[in-house]
Amino acid sequence: MWDYTEKVKDHFLNPRNVGEIENPDGVGEVGSLACGDALRLTFKLDENKRIKDVKFKTFGCASAIASSSALTEIIKGMTLEEAEKVTNKDIADYLGGLPEEKMHCSVMGREALEAAIAHYRGQKPVKEDFEIVCKCFGVTDREIIKAVRENDLKTVDQVTYYTKAGGGCGQCHPKIEAIIEKVRKEMEKEAPPRKLEKKRLTNLQRIKLIEETLGREIIPALKADGGDLDLIDVEGNKVLVALRGKCSFCPSSGFTLKQYVETKLREFVSDDIEVEEVRP
Amino acid sequence: MKTVYVDNNATTKVAPEVLEAMLPYFSELYGNPSSMHFFGGQVQKKMDEARAKVADFLGADPSEIVFTSCGTESDNAAILGTLDSYPEKRHFITTRVEHPAVGNVCSYLGRKGYRVTELSVDREGRLDLDELREAITEDTALVSIMYANNETGVIFPIEEIGEIVKEKGIPFHTDAVQAAGKIPLNMKKSTVDMLSISGHKLHAPKGIGVLYIRKGTRFSPFMIGGHQERGRRGGTENVPYIIGLGKACELAKMHLDEENTRVKALRDYLEEKILEKIPNTLVNGDRVNRLPNTLSVSFEYVEGESILLLLSDLGICASSGSACTSGSLEPSHVLRAMGVPFTAAHGSIRFSLSIYNTKEEMDYIIEHLPPIIQKLRDISPFWKDYLRSQGRG
Ligand SMILES: Cc1ncc(COP(=O)(O)O)c(C=O)c1O
Repeated sequence: MWDYTEKVKDHFLNPRNVGEIENPDGVGEVGSLACGDALRLTFKLDENKRIKDVKFKTFGCASAIASSSALTEIIKGMTLEEAEKVTNKDIADYLGGLPEEKMHCSVMGREALEAAIAHYRGQKPVKEDFEIVCKCFGVTDREIIKAVRENDLKTVDQVTYYTKAGGGCGQCHPKIEAIIEKVRKEMEKEAPPRKLEKKRLTNLQRIKLIEETLGREIIPALKADGGDLDLIDVEGNKVLVALRGKCSFCPSSGFTLKQYVETKLREFVSDDIEVEEVRP
Repeated sequence: MKTVYVDNNATTKVAPEVLEAMLPYFSELYGNPSSMHFFGGQVQKKMDEARAKVADFLGADPSEIVFTSCGTESDNAAILGTLDSYPEKRHFITTRVEHPAVGNVCSYLGRKGYRVTELSVDREGRLDLDELREAITEDTALVSIMYANNETGVIFPIEEIGEIVKEKGIPFHTDAVQAAGKIPLNMKKSTVDMLSISGHKLHAPKGIGVLYIRKGTRFSPFMIGGHQERGRRGGTENVPYIIGLGKACELAKMHLDEENTRVKALRDYLEEKILEKIPNTLVNGDRVNRLPNTLSVSFEYVEGESILLLLSDLGICASSGSACTSGSLEPSHVLRAMGVPFTAAHGSIRFSLSIYNTKEEMDYIIEHLPPIIQKLRDISPFWKDYLRSQGRG
């Protein structure tokens, strides 16, 4: 039995935005019956080029349906430039996490979104420009590279969990291994370890980064739940926040709001951050 | 919430009579059956009785019964113990649809340098016996073919197979873990040399199995140790579980008729109603030669894990051959070997009944399954495409 979060269960049992939009601005389709999951995403933009309406149809397991549902909730109201930045991790995080073996469901969501945006812009599907590495599931090197980069993957098993590549006959495992090695080398060159980066913050930079992280990583997730959060003050490593609106973030997952905000801020700003809730 | 347990090929409820029979052996009757004193001797006697019950159930002689720790051990012991007895022979024959307790032993043997032939099955899950005839060579050490398939319930013609195999003088093992208790087994009139059963599939607890070894069969012990089980399986006997299995076999013999009448009728009723109420549904496997309790159905354009979880939400416990349930990415090797099309393979559900199931429970499933499939089809992008292609969308 999979250990799904309450949020996954909720989005599976009560999926949001199911359906197909008539005359959509963008359509993205990924997966197939043979692969065991597939997602068709349609969206319509409003006059300000924001996603006004988005609907999905998904064939797949509980986490595939939940990931699709979460994706539609996340991107509703976004501009395409904003939506483009949504990663599979955002989808998984929104759901309070997915079992690692099921991460490919979140990747499928991100790929469908990408395809739908490309369709809107009149670009041809990118899949054709790249080499198919896994023949069983039709996964390209591009998809594998992207998953390794975005999720910091290290092993072939992980690549299989995230992209399905290598989950069939296994013949492509050496190729996947080579890709992982190459990408990780590139990543090391490009980015000095984040830990160092975190330490060098000035007070001003720290506050700015906290604000950015709240705006990018945390508040959208709360808003999706009908809540909101205000930054009241920053005192050294202490971050004071106030809750607003109907804020019941993941009430049953055992993950309190404070812990959630703290985890995120520690991840993106500094390891010693402590969050405190104050009454608004 | 009420629980409707229809996953009896995965495991079964321990019969209350079985539990009751076992309990004294956890408390006052704790002697070691090998001991010389009366305290161990009385346990030895009860264990002999249990062995006799198991033998009676299988139509075997008590000396042919070896208790093991599970069905998997029985399969491993039969295969590895036989190959060990014929070190000069390097070929092994089995099928593509075995349980991993045999299938993964084959992969292991392949890595060890054995030549392994895996017989194919047709769309209904049936073997081609000519393929078997052609596969047998001078070098063949053992043929191991399951009695009945755990996923589809398809029964193989074991006696016919045995005749082909024995004609060439080759040892023959069958994994009867799913067959035992559901169809009659009689080793007195059989061509089988070795046969595996597992307690937890017939209302005994998990962690007890039997390997039947016909008198005169060459066999080297897999579990090497003391003199227990006539030197064929070392280790102090798991007395309470052996007692439990004895009782379970006694009950299984008594209930065999019911399995093939009342339980079969319930399964047939469930099957008929599902096919009647849910379009684009197909039954997997030979419907004639099939265990009376098993129904494997595929619902096109939906995925099995989703169905299972929605059923589970209503207290209905079944299982699926879909990829997602196992964490692997491909649907079950059994359905793939049968060539079940992808439109259906991912949406397979297995219902497996027992004597504890009732008509009310079947009605509960029949009431709740159609809306579940409809709900998932409404979410599935392929369903509407399909309807459109039929001019109905
Ligand atoms: C056909 C078959 N063989 C072997 C086994 C393994 O039995 P056990 O769980 O006792 O090891 C099972 C049970 O899942 C089975 O269905």
